[in-house]
Amino acid sequence: MSSENKIYFYPLWLRIWHGINALGIILLIVTGISMNSGFEESLISFKLIITVHNYAGVIITLNYLLFLFGNFFTSNKKFYIVKPKNFLKRPMKQAYYYAWGMFHGMKAPYPLSEKRKFNPLQKYTYIAVMYLVVPLVIISGIGLMFPELIFNKIYNISGVLITAVTHSAMGFFISIFLIVHLYIASIGKSPLDNFRSIVNGWHHV
Amino acid sequence: MKYFIPLQILMLLAIAVPSFGQFYDDPANHDCLKCHSQQTYSFHNDMMDTEEKRLMNPYLIIDTLRLRTGVHQNFDCTDCHSFDYTTYPHAASLKLEPMMTCLDCHAGDESFAKYEFEKIDEEVNKSIHRQSFGDNFTCSKCHDQHYYSTTARTSSSIMEIVENSNDMCLSCHNDMKRFSLVSGDTKAGVGTIHDWLPNQELHFKHVRCIECHTAVEDDLMVSHNILAKEEAVRRCAECHSANSLLKASLYKYQNLQERAEDGTALGMLSNENYVIGSHQIPILKTISLIIFFAAFAGIIIHVIFRIIIKKK
Repeated sequence: MSSENKIYFYPLWLRIWHGINALGIILLIVTGISMNSGFEESLISFKLIITVHNYAGVIITLNYLLFLFGNFFTSNKKFYIVKPKNFLKRPMKQAYYYAWGMFHGMKAPYPLSEKRKFNPLQKYTYIAVMYLVVPLVIISGIGLMFPELIFNKIYNISGVLITAVTHSAMGFFISIFLIVHLYIASIGKSPLDNFRSIVNGWHHV
Repeated sequence: MKYFIPLQILMLLAIAVPSFGQFYDDPANHDCLKCHSQQTYSFHNDMMDTEEKRLMNPYLIIDTLRLRTGVHQNFDCTDCHSFDYTTYPHAASLKLEPMMTCLDCHAGDESFAKYEFEKIDEEVNKSIHRQSFGDNFTCSKCHDQHYYSTTARTSSSIMEIVENSNDMCLSCHNDMKRFSLVSGDTKAGVGTIHDWLPNQELHFKHVRCIECHTAVEDDLMVSHNILAKEEAVRRCAECHSANSLLKASLYKYQNLQERAEDGTALGMLSNENYVIGSHQIPILKTISLIIFFAAFAGIIIHVIFRIIIKKK
């Protein structure tokens, strides 16, 4: 669906998923950092921080199922297919554009269209985050909620520790992803254009 | 045979009905507690034929409220103390008779297997307490049989578990009179000895003494091998770093315990236990800071270039 330089990129289910995900992830990051830092004095109690983290984690997990479901059963999945040809060259070209080309009059090497919702760098990052990092953070989170599922020892290192470190490391990667994601989103027709798109569904090309 | 099951039920009832503090419900009329729960006691002095009132030795006063919530609430005094104590004045020789020890009842009994008394005994034998003071250092030096409760197993509050555990240590280590019973010397207070410890008050409130003062045994819930002070953990990184001594067993235990109490989905979500992750491993913390600042710097530089290009 498109009209006058606009493409309907983000169907309603995807926008709802994205909205819940955005709020949930921000809550998880804030509460997660508070738990790792062990601040006892803060606006809300430490116990409440843990409870909020638990609730947000479960909501994000259920929401992730919505993402998987949507991506399996709608045409949205085609945007995640990686072409083997120039597997590394394509994202490198996009990175070069961001780092150098866009300041030297180069045109975007992979302009978005109805067939291409993500540029290669974006696609690779989304695949890594949504199909590797997020599942790992969910699995390790389930492990911490049900510690009887965790191995007692793995090579003489406590299983709880390994699970906690995995959870925390993946959470960290998601935080970095969020910062970069928000920044890259500001590189559009105008700094706020892409933010409007994810609310109303229409992307300017 | 047809009466066998009803008979069993009747026997169970006979055991169960009077089992809640039946001996201590009325301390004022209990043979022992009418004196041993009071500051003063009265008796008839046959020799002088007078009624006398005297002060009770404070160390021999029993707190009947705590007695009724302890694990041995169903036992009468003379189940462990000599029956001859029921006469007054108590015979002096009674003081020299050996007292019952925990293992007299708890060792080799399948119903207590989960508490691992034999393993605890092995650990205590290795501990500085037993090494220095021999068999005189009995379980009761730390675990008061009158009031003992299984707080570490039943409490849902880590703070309460910590307080309960530390109180056992402090009952001697912060009380010179009791301390001199086993050591014969006096020593500096716990606060002064731990002067080197940063955030001392916070540590004392949140960490059990035994976390640093015992050799950790993975398969024993509470380690009983108390180490000599020279071997105690003094390096912050032992706990605040990789493979923390503190986390795994207590986290797992508390989590399962809370679920046993409230297994509903909401109960599980309100579980207050947590475990710190990457902050336990300094190298990961450093790497994460480098990545964070690199990403941040990259964005700032990119923004600056975007602004410059736009102005052109």
